[in-house]
Amino acid sequence: MNVTITVNGEERVVDVAGHESLLNVLRNDLDLPGTKDACEQGECGSCTVIFDGESVCSCLVMAADADGSTVTTVEGLSVDTELHPVQEAMLAEGAVQCGFCTPGFVVSGSHLLETNPHPTEPEIREALSGNICRCTGYGAILRAFETVTGEGS
Amino acid sequence: MTTRIAPGVKGGIGTSVLRPDGEPKVTGNFAYASDLSSEGMLWSATLRSPHAHARLLKIDIGPAVAMDGVRAVLTQDDVPGEPLFGQEEQDQPVLCDGVARYWGEPVAVVAAEDEETARRAAAAIVVEWEPLAPFVDPDKAAEEGSTFRELKVRRGDETATGSVVVEGFYETATQDQAPLGPEAGFAIPDGEGGLDLYVTSQWIHVDHRQIIACLDMEPDQIRCHPAGIGGAFGSREDISLHIHVAMLSLATGRPVKMVYDRSESFVGHVKRHPSRMWYRHEADEDGKLVKVTARLILDGGAYAHTSRAVIANAAFFAVGPYNCDNVVVDAVAVKTNNPPAGAMRGFGAVQTCFGSEMQMDRLAEALDMDPLELRRRNALAAGDPLATSGQIIAGSLPTLAVIDTLEAMPLPDDTIEDDPRLLPGGTGLTTPVSSVVRGVGYAVNVKNLAFSEAFDDFSEARAVMTTAGVEIHTAAMEVGQGLVTVCQQIARTILGTDQVAVVWDDTSQIGSAGSTSASRQTQMTGGAVHAASVGLRDKILESFGGDELREDGVYLHDELVATIDQVCVGGPVGHHVQFRHPETFQPDENGQGDVHAGFVVSAHRAVVDVDPELGLVRVVQVDTVQDVGKALNPQAIVGQLEGGILQGVGLAVMEQLVVDEGVIRNPTFTDYLIPTFVDAPAVNTRVIEEGDHFGPFGAKGIGESPTISATPAVVAAIRAATGRDLTRVPVLPEDIIGI
Ligand code: FES
Ligand code: FES
Repeated sequence: MNVTITVNGEERVVDVAGHESLLNVLRNDLDLPGTKDACEQGECGSCTVIFDGESVCSCLVMAADADGSTVTTVEGLSVDTELHPVQEAMLAEGAVQCGFCTPGFVVSGSHLLETNPHPTEPEIREALSGNICRCTGYGAILRAFETVTGEGS
Repeated sequence: MTTRIAPGVKGGIGTSVLRPDGEPKVTGNFAYASDLSSEGMLWSATLRSPHAHARLLKIDIGPAVAMDGVRAVLTQDDVPGEPLFGQEEQDQPVLCDGVARYWGEPVAVVAAEDEETARRAAAAIVVEWEPLAPFVDPDKAAEEGSTFRELKVRRGDETATGSVVVEGFYETATQDQAPLGPEAGFAIPDGEGGLDLYVTSQWIHVDHRQIIACLDMEPDQIRCHPAGIGGAFGSREDISLHIHVAMLSLATGRPVKMVYDRSESFVGHVKRHPSRMWYRHEADEDGKLVKVTARLILDGGAYAHTSRAVIANAAFFAVGPYNCDNVVVDAVAVKTNNPPAGAMRGFGAVQTCFGSEMQMDRLAEALDMDPLELRRRNALAAGDPLATSGQIIAGSLPTLAVIDTLEAMPLPDDTIEDDPRLLPGGTGLTTPVSSVVRGVGYAVNVKNLAFSEAFDDFSEARAVMTTAGVEIHTAAMEVGQGLVTVCQQIARTILGTDQVAVVWDDTSQIGSAGSTSASRQTQMTGGAVHAASVGLRDKILESFGGDELREDGVYLHDELVATIDQVCVGGPVGHHVQFRHPETFQPDENGQGDVHAGFVVSAHRAVVDVDPELGLVRVVQVDTVQDVGKALNPQAIVGQLEGGILQGVGLAVMEQLVVDEGVIRNPTFTDYLIPTFVDAPAVNTRVIEEGDHFGPFGAKGIGESPTISATPAVVAAIRAATGRDLTRVPVLPEDIIGI
């Protein structure tokens, strides 16, 4: 079936199968592999996108249900060569090791700051607890968000 | 070798420069192996054994072959070369060879036009199994001699006795590396019968050796390329889908992509050996260790993988960073029908550090002595013999400094905040602040650096001066740890320019860099980059009679005598090296000898809040002091320490694969719990810089050390809070409640 999705500001029409997830369509049909697939069960957050203004795990959204929706992926967060402040901060604080979790943190984190521009440390931890990072131990990610919100050094 | 360095260069050693792959990673543009694709590509899938032990009576691939869009269905009969592979011992069939020896063992592989068809075709293969009783009891395996390796350490006087004796039995569960990036491979035929292979790996040259043997090909027909990797932690040291995806590509003449989903990843890679350990520590009244006796059983599962090296580490680090003249260790890696085990961060040393540090705490209690004082009195130092092998510690080993510095670090203030997010169990559970008790625990560990036991351990690198800057060529795998940055920093420091790019070569372009494991790449590939850069610099200086190399050219007494363009007038100038660490030797029949190249030590202090009634734990803070030799990139060091500690915390309080009669019951992120942001403690770090005897600028590898004693420190803290005698990790609520 054909669905129309506005992805990163561009209207895309794509033929999807009934069982396909939005994650699959983004990665395999729309050539946007920046959104990562690490569990397909809604447990790791590596597939996070902004879906009609909400931060969601795209692996849990059926592609067929995405008809008419607006989606922002990690690829849509930096404009040309200008990085999003969350991207800048994660780079500067060493919050990126293997980087497989990074697109998910960038997307959830940018959404967090939109909804709560000055989160406290427990708020940051809680808001991002749906994103698993296996490499960093989260310390550098926390410092990155504290710098963006002006709480950090 | 001279060690003159360029003083003013930007981004040299000792600075926290940004990693060059950081920007593509934050923008989503970094290509991981699972992101690769091409026109005309096929997808693939694997059929796996539903039994931990079974005879394969009959396999009918007909229904799969008959499906529309299926291009190949292959079984063990289709393996063109050696039927078995393995890094140390070739004992594992490429696909099931008539008997399935573990749950999830690959049986057949399928290539098809799309992902769904490949999956359905694999499921359509009809297999007739005769289930056999799985052999899963490690004690019985040890008794019956079903082993990969038995190792005996006998040092000093076996009859020695101490007046204070503590005994204990300890267990560690199966831990999964659970790297976030799944196993993924992409094979592209070259049109001449060979292919290019992009697979998540920790060591492409050792993969290559096994792949060409099984495919019966010449070395230059298969080229293994470094691919983008989403973490590793030991899970990618052994072959997973490499041979399968290559076979499918050769059979179809098409590019083939294979990616494991999470459940398949859990069965598709080797994991941390579960262990059972019995210990007796004997000391004199002053707390000096007199004798340590240990019996260690690590379950290697169905195939050998790196069990030989893992059990050696368990045995040689069974006493920890302490002096003891009399040691009796019997260590065995057993063969069962459990999931195959291999390397995970700290391999072998993690298990015995848990057992021996628990013993040190018990000993301190029996002596009525401060646990850190007991460790201080026995601390191993450079020049001392390692308690097990008797090897005199060369290089640095600041055990005492590590302990003293840790003790001096500030503790958090002891108010327990009444915020459900900060209480044991978090918001989902109902711990009242009045029930919370706090505990503090310590642990210390020592581990070897790089490969041991006479292994010919080397890394190749080539430094090339071009008019556009310096290229560093290597086949070392960057798995996320930041080797790429460290290589640049070393080269910049020696070659006087910040224009340094790391070029990842494939197996046909450069020799092996060895494995990205065993904490070895900073020292080994870093050492190779150092030596290649020094060689290149000296070659250029000699050709032009200069005394200094700078960004713009060769200088003599501060005057430019040749520009970089002039240096490269005949083309790029390169220098290639093979770097080796000090020679190591096989242990003798008593486990004695110079088995290791070097050592690293670190210590951890954990602060935990516990609800003893509900058995819930919150790890509040972990402080650490790490021996680093020389800090090449301070920010990357903190990243390794924080990340490594959290994996140790995971093993302490939540991570375990539940294996029942050989079957993994929780192969998902829903059921295998990994610490999240709210589980992660605050971490404070200090480093001790005492240069080591090999490696660039005295730096040591620190990839594993942070994980090793984090686990026992957390358990010691829980014990301090609850008084419970905890002997198994992970510590579960029932262990705390005592039911
Ligand atoms: S891939 Fe969607 S949450 Fe893990
Ligand atoms: S950086 Fe590797 S998972 Fe987060």
